[in-house]
Amino acid sequence: MTRVILHADLNNFYASVECLRHPELRDGPLAVCGDPEQRHGIVLAKNYPAKAYGVSTGEAVWQAKQKCPGLRLVKPDMPTYLRFAQGVRQIYRRYTDWIEPFGLDEAWLDLSDCGSLEAGRDLADRIRRDIAFEWGITASVGVADNKVFAKLGSDMKKPDATTVLFPSQYRQKVWRLPVGELLYIGPATTRKLYNLGLYTIGDLAQADAALLSGLLGKWGLTLHRYANGLDASPVARDGARDPVQSIGNSTTTPRDLTTCQEVRITLQALCESVAARLREGGFRARTLQLGVRDKQLFWLTRQCKLESPSCLAEELFEAAYGLFVKHYRWEQPIRSLGVRADDLLSRESAVQLDLFCRQAKRLRQEALETTVDGLRKRFGYYALQRASQLSDPSLGRLNPKDDHVAYPGGYSPMSAEVKRRDL
Amino acid sequence: MTCKQYVAVDVFVDLEGGLRPTVIHWEDGRRFSIDRVYDVRQAASLKAGGCGMRYTCRVRNRVVDLFCEDGRWFLDLSRRAQ
Repeated sequence: MTRVILHADLNNFYASVECLRHPELRDGPLAVCGDPEQRHGIVLAKNYPAKAYGVSTGEAVWQAKQKCPGLRLVKPDMPTYLRFAQGVRQIYRRYTDWIEPFGLDEAWLDLSDCGSLEAGRDLADRIRRDIAFEWGITASVGVADNKVFAKLGSDMKKPDATTVLFPSQYRQKVWRLPVGELLYIGPATTRKLYNLGLYTIGDLAQADAALLSGLLGKWGLTLHRYANGLDASPVARDGARDPVQSIGNSTTTPRDLTTCQEVRITLQALCESVAARLREGGFRARTLQLGVRDKQLFWLTRQCKLESPSCLAEELFEAAYGLFVKHYRWEQPIRSLGVRADDLLSRESAVQLDLFCRQAKRLRQEALETTVDGLRKRFGYYALQRASQLSDPSLGRLNPKDDHVAYPGGYSPMSAEVKRRDL
Repeated sequence: MTCKQYVAVDVFVDLEGGLRPTVIHWEDGRRFSIDRVYDVRQAASLKAGGCGMRYTCRVRNRVVDLFCEDGRWFLDLSRRAQ
């Protein structure tokens, strides 16, 4: 039976929502941007008039303003975007139970029960109509017999269009596209393929599989299959989630950090958040990873094993700060910090006890931190803070746990800081 | 002219938690009872600039679109403009 896979992509999602809500701004160039005051001043999304000026996602607001002086800036409103995304997902649910979100604005749907790609196209048109009628935004939908080409199809015609890729059209429509357009091929892989003289998806599809596996290992064979339209990966069931593999938080601080005390304050907040989320999920971590980005945007990561599996902020902090002191040379002020707990164990699983009876102290500490969780849940995050956080109000106001936006499933290419596995 | 007019609304909540607007309070203090609700569905209004549950209602022999958007109610006045 032919598989019928749809990939639906909401066009310029954040910007489209804002255009719907602000009809007076709809016809001019508009961009949704983070707050430059908080140093999150990059373009998150833009509408088509802004695109015509060359404004691109991810660039700094001042750069966008240079290209397009009349650009209207709108602050992001995540709760509203989530409401729209959930509403659109409700529409998908009328058609299938097999929905795999890819970020907030994209999803694969398996509609194989409809029997043919032609029928899939009709359903895709209906889904687009429903989305436009009920939520006032447009979507591009790709229809193919596999996920990779469905995604490729949704990128071909924008906005508000359905593109069907029949297997008989692969050579003509897909193979002539640049190899970098294929899902999962980033700039690094593209460079490697260029070095082999493989410029288009067709070149990749016709390349010798052994050559590719020599260059890229197993991944090379996978890409070779993808290029030939032989991706057999299933669409996940609605609501299915990958098991959590790590829990992390990172933050770009309101100002550059120049002293160890400032780093301590920030790391404490991050570790408290990660520890609280570990406890909430019923995990202990065995490995801790620290990430530091300096003013020049140089990114350093170091990790260490924890002495024993832990969900205690105090122990995570000791490890994180220890890594920091050991590895950071203060050549530049710091722009952002991140802490990630890896190698997770269930909180219920057996733990090797300490020979020197630190266990009693750890249990007390765990009870204390759980109590803090409870108090914060009831009275708000700032009901209880460390004294050091009060000493520097602008850094101390950080609340990574609640500020952290949990996208409803899926990896968002927009935000490198929220990864699929970083639930 | 803006087509989006936020209004206060009296709402009847049934046993299942379903909502039915009964009276619209206009900004100058006038009250308009809703004689009939013809249709209820999720819908967007490009002209008014919003979306939510749309109640197509009859008020004093005219058909109006009343939207409930995330807990706030607004009238889409574009029908009047036509």
